[in-house]
Amino acid sequence: MADQKRETPRLDQLESGPWPSFVKELKKSRKNPMTEDLLGQLERSYEDKVVHWKHGGLVGVKGYGGGVIGRYSDVAAEFPKCAEFHTMRINQPAGWFYTSTVLRKICDIWEKHGSGITNMHGSTGDVILLGTTTPELEPTFQELTAAGFDLGGSGSAMRTPSCCCGMSRCEWALYDTMALTHDLTMTFQDEMHRPAFPYKFKIKCSGCPNDCVASIARADMSIIGTWRDDIRIDQDAVRAYVAAGTFDMSADVVDRCPTRCMHWDGKKLGIDDSNCVKCMHCINAMPKALRPGTDRGAVILIGSKAPIMGGALLSSVIVPFLKIETPYDDIKEVTQAIWDLWAEHGKNRERVGEFIQRIGLGSFLEQIGLEPCPEMVMQPRTNPYIFYEDESENAEG
Amino acid sequence: MAVETKERRTDIGPPHYEQFLPPVIKKNYGKWKYHEIVKPGVLLTVAESGDKLYSVRAATPRLMSIESIRLFADIADEFCGGFLRFTSRNNVEFLLTDESKIDPLIARLKKEGYPVGGMGPSITNIVHTQGWVHCHSAASDASGVVKALMDELFPHFEKMDLPGKLRIAFACCLNMCGAVHCSDIAILGVHTRLPVVSHAKLGSMCEIPTTVASCPTGAIRPATVDGKPSVEVIAEQCMFCSNCFTVCPAISLSDAEKDGCSIWVGGKVSNARQEPMFSKLAIPYLPNNPPRWPEVVAAVKNLVEVYAKHARKFERMGEWIGRVGWPKFFELTGIPFTKYHIDDFTHAGESFKRSAHLRQKKGE
Repeated sequence: MADQKRETPRLDQLESGPWPSFVKELKKSRKNPMTEDLLGQLERSYEDKVVHWKHGGLVGVKGYGGGVIGRYSDVAAEFPKCAEFHTMRINQPAGWFYTSTVLRKICDIWEKHGSGITNMHGSTGDVILLGTTTPELEPTFQELTAAGFDLGGSGSAMRTPSCCCGMSRCEWALYDTMALTHDLTMTFQDEMHRPAFPYKFKIKCSGCPNDCVASIARADMSIIGTWRDDIRIDQDAVRAYVAAGTFDMSADVVDRCPTRCMHWDGKKLGIDDSNCVKCMHCINAMPKALRPGTDRGAVILIGSKAPIMGGALLSSVIVPFLKIETPYDDIKEVTQAIWDLWAEHGKNRERVGEFIQRIGLGSFLEQIGLEPCPEMVMQPRTNPYIFYEDESENAEG
Repeated sequence: MAVETKERRTDIGPPHYEQFLPPVIKKNYGKWKYHEIVKPGVLLTVAESGDKLYSVRAATPRLMSIESIRLFADIADEFCGGFLRFTSRNNVEFLLTDESKIDPLIARLKKEGYPVGGMGPSITNIVHTQGWVHCHSAASDASGVVKALMDELFPHFEKMDLPGKLRIAFACCLNMCGAVHCSDIAILGVHTRLPVVSHAKLGSMCEIPTTVASCPTGAIRPATVDGKPSVEVIAEQCMFCSNCFTVCPAISLSDAEKDGCSIWVGGKVSNARQEPMFSKLAIPYLPNNPPRWPEVVAAVKNLVEVYAKHARKFERMGEWIGRVGWPKFFELTGIPFTKYHIDDFTHAGESFKRSAHLRQKKGE
């Protein structure tokens, strides 16, 4: 049958202009009837100013509780080819590195089984294959695994961990983000593919405090590289930056140091490293002259999330410094302890950050076996409503 | 049922990244010395060994056809041995060692419609969600707003002409799949019409206790309507989060005329200089006006221009506002301050001004 070509006068207006056009992308795949109908339905949304997808249904592949998001059109009679338009989340290689060969393999599989439309990548980090039908899920999965790929996470599970490019390209990587991300992903395959938590749990690994994967805002567990010893200074290179005149050393660097631990006398840059909070600003400004120290590790923070449902949170410190070394037993132990506690006592759809707000950080630390320390708070409490415990009871116990 | 002839593989995890790294990265992994942006969109990373790696960054629309991915594969084969990567902000990076190929690669990418830039003090790709293309709860489209915005802000992608980095994010509802809440400028799709309950369907489609429990403000309570078990919504307590819709498809918040976008400013995730911070409300509501959302584009452009004019070198949006104060921000941007700007959710009081430290204006 001749497939109907959809008219898209509104979307067509988004083909012009200097920025790459998603409408052009859709049209590149319109020879696939699913995508042709997607174009039609999207045009309808642009006309109606409302979305035309229904709630996802439970769809998936055998033995997995996640990785596939069901999606159904609410105007299926009019756009039958995209009546079912499920998403498959494919776990990306750490750091989002590819070769042309492996990308072509994914494209060939998706041309055969799906719409030909993707996201490179989704917000959590997965390769997103957008648009296929229920019968195609299992064959797609089998071809993907034959090509060496597996599904990512969805639902109340560990979500696909992601990381910055780390040591592959960045001199500021204070631990091997890609190695840790890959290792955690492999270690926790069951937790990712078979949802058993109160809600989602995201892990993101950033190699330095610049936090290029936004772990402090977007991950339940944020692992951010840092160091303990002195910033390494090449004074000749410092003077070269000053001579180049792209910034004012006093106003733009020294005075912007959050702890004012730097001084510049016109010839030599001094840093009181005992007061440095490792913010990265001076290093960012002068990558050729300043380098992080060599005693390296990471800060572990916990609990960030978007607003749903108790309000947005940033992650907060639970381990001020940890050496990140294979086989990563320390991180795995703390992760497992958190999951055990939260899985047992967390409410349905309660992220770990909200769980901590409810039970208290002090209680949380006690139950996962971490000692409280002043690095975990901005300041001690100001209210006197303290849940004192009966010390004599503890003594007896 | 067809007989499975091969063993079914599960839980194999992602392919190991090492097989996708170019030789220069394998050789210098963890042994890089410094980097510099040699020109917009071109990053030079120099290893302790003296080896050089050039990364050429091009924009993508995030929504990619396999035809375009194949094109990227062809370009990678032609210019850099087939090695490429994607960034956390949906850009593509081609990884080269031959400096002489940079300009031809940039020209080729531009010809194909994927411009190079987005590094340093610039506006790079807008992190965004699915919107009307593929989500069920979207209060606005994502790809369309992003396309319209970046067409307008494009000069700041190709040049490094801003005081500091300016990171923009778009999420099409309060679920914030894009976690936009810590961006210099965030655009957030919002519903503003009360949930409409389909009483006839609710009993069979939703669990009533779960639906009631889903509401952060306790605005939903069980009710019997026309003899059928359902729920009712207490209008004054609803803040349109759409959490009820997430757990119960028989409740709808979408509305062609009342859905729209809110604009938030001054968030960041980097620890550089000041600590990470949330974005704060700048504009409570702008209408959805597809295909090019002129009101949203004009509002964001204004924010970018005011920031570019007034911020000092290296200052992010939130650091600049912190220095000059919020009253000055509203004055300079011309945005009206309303009761919606004052927080009234949990811990709201923490955002109230609790001192007499105010920049008073001399009598007029």
